[in-house]
Amino acid sequence: MTRVVVAGAGSIGSLFAAHLAQVADVCVLTRREAHAAALRERGLRVSGRSDLTVQLAATADPEALGDADLAILACKATDLEPLAARLAGRLAGATVMTVQNGLGAEEVVAAHGDWPLLSAVTFMSGTRHDDAHVEYVLDTATWIGPFRGTSFEDARRVAELVESAGLKAEAFHDLRPAQWSKLVFNATVNGVAALTGLPHDFHFAETERPSDLGHLVRDLVDEGRAVAEAAGVDLHDDPWEMNVLATRRGHRHFPSMLEDVEARRPTELEPINGALVRAARRHGVHVPLHTAVYRLVKAKEAGYS
Amino acid sequence: MRICIVGCGAVGSLFAANLSLLEDVEVWAYDLAREHVEAIARDGLRLTGAGEVVGRPRATSDAAELPPCDFGIVATKAMHTGPAIAATAHAFADGCVATVQNGLGNEETLAAHVERVIRGTTFPAGKIVEPGVVQWDVKGETTLGPYDGRVPLAEVERLADACTRAGMPTAAVEDARGPQWRKVIFNASTNPVGALTGLTHGRVCERPDLRGLVSGLVAEGKAVAAAQGIVLDADPEQLIDHAAKPEVAYDHKASMLQDVEARRTTEIDFLNGGIVRFGREHGVPTPLNEAIWALVKGVEQSWG
Repeated sequence: MTRVVVAGAGSIGSLFAAHLAQVADVCVLTRREAHAAALRERGLRVSGRSDLTVQLAATADPEALGDADLAILACKATDLEPLAARLAGRLAGATVMTVQNGLGAEEVVAAHGDWPLLSAVTFMSGTRHDDAHVEYVLDTATWIGPFRGTSFEDARRVAELVESAGLKAEAFHDLRPAQWSKLVFNATVNGVAALTGLPHDFHFAETERPSDLGHLVRDLVDEGRAVAEAAGVDLHDDPWEMNVLATRRGHRHFPSMLEDVEARRPTELEPINGALVRAARRHGVHVPLHTAVYRLVKAKEAGYS
Repeated sequence: MRICIVGCGAVGSLFAANLSLLEDVEVWAYDLAREHVEAIARDGLRLTGAGEVVGRPRATSDAAELPPCDFGIVATKAMHTGPAIAATAHAFADGCVATVQNGLGNEETLAAHVERVIRGTTFPAGKIVEPGVVQWDVKGETTLGPYDGRVPLAEVERLADACTRAGMPTAAVEDARGPQWRKVIFNASTNPVGALTGLTHGRVCERPDLRGLVSGLVAEGKAVAAAQGIVLDADPEQLIDHAAKPEVAYDHKASMLQDVEARRTTEIDFLNGGIVRFGREHGVPTPLNEAIWALVKGVEQSWG
């Protein structure tokens, strides 16, 4: 049986772990021992789009991890550096897959070991109810591509494993077009949500009145598109259409950056908006609106931290 | 002379109380807040702080009671201008109506209801501490000028003279757009930044990245003013830096931040929204003001 380590058991990590535990030998690495103990004792329950409760191994101690074939790093981008450091020198036989938002996750991990690396972006979403219960909200796909020392075949095998577990996945020869689509989408939607307090809902696509938010969202997307173009990336999806489609579902999605700001936690601003603004500067693209959003969220965060 | 203050919040109350002390002026205070109006009618209108005054204006919430007036001074929040002047316009059929409100567009709204409109900008500030009692925080100048050729400067001077004699120093000028746009640019470039980040004026200004954003907003506002031939009477950049000093307004929470914290509709449509509108009319792009306008409208929409 394939051995999988899922590091990070927030909503995304929990969704991967619970589904994969049906087809693989899964061990979850948590940050808190109490979390690992809850998983060992109660198993991990998924409600919503799936309905299952699985038994799995869990530990907060990286030393207790055995080797694995695949390690999925599913923590928030802001927690990735310390997580990668904890894994340095371990999981010698594993291919490591990052699923963080934004840019730069692969490089962070690469600096801590010479594992073969896969890139992934995930569009599924969930709500964590407690340490041992996650609700599966959006059953959209995870996209996987090679990054370092891996091939499209490796990406395809992992995608098949994820699909066999009941989640949606697709392998790509080059993930950057998809990763950048999500980057531009997230930098725009998460930033606007964090500043306005609005969940991602119909307001983001409204363009009737001059002050409607859809104008700003479209202008931010256009800036992001220009940066992608300058970086030589041909976007896989149009972020504006992603925005319109998501808001038409009628579901009021609360982007993590909004939840973070409301809970006064550090946000993923740097790996998302910061990464986009820095890429723009590197490629000589003028992005005044993304710069403004980045500075405003940064200041808002500074105000409560 | 008979003057009616339309909208007797903090600023309106400063004008109403002070003007009511003049022997030759009869002052009416019109406001929809019944408790405030009843307290004024019963105990007078008391100012404390920068000046100690007890005025005795006539106060009413019923516009039908208003007699014909020589002047109106409109001091409502900008989003209430339309309904306020629609209710009171009959009292100004032969008079002039001055606005001392924040933002852009109030003159146009008034002109749709009354013949003679006076543009105005005022700096005194305060807050209502209880019905009939207003804390007078800041003294300052008021500038008035004709909105268009239908108001002779002599009429503006007559109102300015009354205000000045009442302890509210007021200048009458031919073109009052300079002070108005200076204040609008200051407010539009700083208030929403405070409202969106939760930071006081001083904390906004001490972050170089945010101060840079403020400067970007100021530059757009100045370009829109210049395109209309408006000469600002002072540089908003200097005023912003001055206000950021610890002894001036470092800890001041912009009124828009207070509005957002209390979930009250803000004046964003008349600040950044006004700059955007005038920018479009004069072919000046204002992308940052548009972005800020949309974000603050989004904040208001998030309250449901």
